[in-house]
Amino acid sequence: MNVANLAPRAQTARPPLKPVEAAAADRPLLQIEGVTIQYKTREALVTATHRVNVTALGGERTILLGPSGCGKSSLLKAVGGFLKPVEGRIVFDGAAVTRPGPERMTVFQEFEQLMPWKTVRENIAMPLRVARGLSRKEADDRANHYIDKVRLTKFGDAFPHTLSGGMKQRTAIARALAMEPKILLMDEPFAALDALTRRQIQEELLALWETIRCNILFVTHSIEEAILLGSRIVVLSPHPGRVRAELGSEQFDFSNQGEPAFVRLRDHIHNLLFEHGKGGA
Amino acid sequence: MATISAISTAAARPDVEYTLGALGQIGDSEKPLSFLERLYKNDTVRSVVVIVLLLVVWEIGARINNTPLLFPSFIDTLAALRSGLASGALIDRTITSLEVLGYGFGISIILALGLTIMAVSSSFGASVLTTLIAVLNPLPAIAILPLALLWFGLGTPAIVMVVVQSVVWTVAMNAYAGFQSVPQTLRMAGQNIGLRSLPYMFRILIPAAFPHLLTGLRIGWAHAWRTLIGAELVFGVAARQGGLGWYIYESRAMLETANTFAAILLLILIGFVVESVIFQVIENRTIRRWGMIH
Repeated sequence: MNVANLAPRAQTARPPLKPVEAAAADRPLLQIEGVTIQYKTREALVTATHRVNVTALGGERTILLGPSGCGKSSLLKAVGGFLKPVEGRIVFDGAAVTRPGPERMTVFQEFEQLMPWKTVRENIAMPLRVARGLSRKEADDRANHYIDKVRLTKFGDAFPHTLSGGMKQRTAIARALAMEPKILLMDEPFAALDALTRRQIQEELLALWETIRCNILFVTHSIEEAILLGSRIVVLSPHPGRVRAELGSEQFDFSNQGEPAFVRLRDHIHNLLFEHGKGGA
Repeated sequence: MATISAISTAAARPDVEYTLGALGQIGDSEKPLSFLERLYKNDTVRSVVVIVLLLVVWEIGARINNTPLLFPSFIDTLAALRSGLASGALIDRTITSLEVLGYGFGISIILALGLTIMAVSSSFGASVLTTLIAVLNPLPAIAILPLALLWFGLGTPAIVMVVVQSVVWTVAMNAYAGFQSVPQTLRMAGQNIGLRSLPYMFRILIPAAFPHLLTGLRIGWAHAWRTLIGAELVFGVAARQGGLGWYIYESRAMLETANTFAAILLLILIGFVVESVIFQVIENRTIRRWGMIH
């Protein structure tokens, strides 16, 4: 997993935005330090996460895994800069996160994240022009490159409402990756897809990641998805979310999905999550 | 997997895999409708038929009645319309009306946009807007005409003020509702790429709220058109250059009833063109194309 080895391949594969600095693998890119997130409903003040610590090194695919109500989504939104923690801090690439920014591109679960008034190509090109200052031509070229990568070549001029759910999510992924973010934040991006499409798009994401190697912070409640896509899994307990375990899963992918070691890890995580449900403090 | 074959029923009903052959003639089973059937199902054809029927009833009714001073026939009205347009009088009046409408509508949109920006940027601004709408929207615009005359005198500014009162609250109300209905995810997607304040407004909020904005403009236009003609009926703006409303009033006073009818027909035509052509084209090219309405 040497990032430096892959950098030349990545550069020939696409027109570079600017000299890409691969995040050093030994240096933390993202530090979540003692983060507590609370939000108000009409009746109560809810604590979503309580003093969570997570560190992601350069090039890691970090998974936030947990049941509903463990605050994993809130945590991701805090890293995105959409939510402000009430306690603790989030340091990204050496600076505290205070607001959203294009170096932390987010792929949401909801299909509504695409702009219905823009075609697939325009959806991908617009952020490049707004946030990266590319010309129309440069942005379109770059958008086309990523449209090919997510296999939507025929649908560049299609409006989002004509696409299937899987195609919409692939567009959102292309939009995020075209920005060459330092980290890709993914908030249960495949949860609304059918099982067959989900499986296919998971494989595509991994293949794409191989060529890009940015950090990923991925929220899911699927243990299998966590093991397949992640290199490090942060298991969160519910109500409020606290870190229960941090587990390595770098060695697992689609090729060894049924093997005993995979199944053992899956069962282990299952027990970690389930024991909490029963033990309930 | 192995356990399944051990179940006794599985042995009784073995697994089968089928090879899929060619489909045959099914692909040709769709057959186009006949020309008459398609004509009958066409909405435009249907409305044209209804309109033609109405005109025929009008013509026959007027001929039986035979009192052109009270109820001129369609053909007489058409002749009056033609001579009115040919002499340029009707065209002048129409332009005057549309000009006043343009001012009023333009000012209203700018005001409404300002109010809405204020409302979406702070909760106090939102309270101000909702209160203003609650108090002023139900007030019939024509009711403030005397006041407008007092302040601005006889002339265009007074009518513009009345038109603004009839439009601005409807447009602002719809714009505000539209901005509030923009999905949270889309907002975050916009903020993610660093959009803030006005660029955020113009690149995300306004297009995302466009279905509501268009509805506001449509209703606002209808209000403006009615209020304008109503105000012109009450007084004619500075003598020579009255609008269509004044034309109707004048020709009635001179018992040129065919001219009155011609101007009313023109009002209907203009309303129809704006609503069913202009707004419809905008709708088809924007929100319908984008799948924001179906």
